[in-house]
Amino acid sequence: MKKVLIALIPLTVFLVLIVLLYVNLSTHTEVLPSPLIGKQIPEFEHPTLYSNKTLTQDSFKGEPWLLNVFGSWCPSCQYEHPLVTALANSGRIKVVGLNWKDEAADADRWLKRWGNPYHEILVDYEGDTAINLGVYGAPETFLIDGTGTIVYKISGVLTQENIQQELLPLIDKISL
Amino acid sequence: MSQYSTTHLRTYLSLFFIIFSAPSMAIEVYDFETNEQEALFQQLTKELRCLVCQNQNLADSDAGLAKDLKDQVAEFVKAGQDAETIKQYMVDRYGDFVTYDPPLNASTIFLWFSPLVVLLIGGLVLFINIRRKHHE
Repeated sequence: MKKVLIALIPLTVFLVLIVLLYVNLSTHTEVLPSPLIGKQIPEFEHPTLYSNKTLTQDSFKGEPWLLNVFGSWCPSCQYEHPLVTALANSGRIKVVGLNWKDEAADADRWLKRWGNPYHEILVDYEGDTAINLGVYGAPETFLIDGTGTIVYKISGVLTQENIQQELLPLIDKISL
Repeated sequence: MSQYSTTHLRTYLSLFFIIFSAPSMAIEVYDFETNEQEALFQQLTKELRCLVCQNQNLADSDAGLAKDLKDQVAEFVKAGQDAETIKQYMVDRYGDFVTYDPPLNASTIFLWFSPLVVLLIGGLVLFINIRRKHHE
């Protein structure tokens, strides 16, 4: 009897391992928590794509805004584009684009084709601000409050789900 | 006879290509002033993770972001910054995950001590077994 029990140990360990791995299948560890949440947005100074201005982190102080990191080379950006547009058109928040490591001509063509939902588009050609923001893949979206503090970050595409359940409640909260 | 030598030739040729294909992997060139800087750069890019392809280090990765981060590391090294400052710069932006040498804190305690726990369990099993053998 005891022998049988001992022989069952490896099988039990194996089964527990299978269960753990299966449970972990649905958790996405590649989505990293950002150490920048709760901190001030890093300083930047970028030309804009269309408005012929140079904007800094202080240009947006006073009201909450979303910073959406995108590039014409990024298929997922195109995928989330209708949702970014809907969010910008809803008038609930100012949406600013960060055009990351992109050629101006390509970005322009992309925006002409799919529409330009952005209030302003910052051009981060070298990718410096993206590094300062800890961006590791487009698209990424940062929610920033009126004082310039990063409130939330979504790595990866915006979805109906994360907009409704994560972004909008926070936007309502910081817009008060 | 001719068939015999072709087989051999083929073997030698394969060997030749296998041996000499290795060094042709991606080598990025940064001009460092001193060998110490070069060594520090090598060390850092091995310890820092590529965030795009998350199971590679920066040194091995060809991803666009990895290139940017390597440029950044090279720039800091040339400016004479030390390893700690450069690593902290990356951790401040990307979190602990960016380094392959994670710090000891609440969320990494299992990571650090699970090998010890496994060792203890193994030791215990071994101890019990040896004692039983001894008694028999």
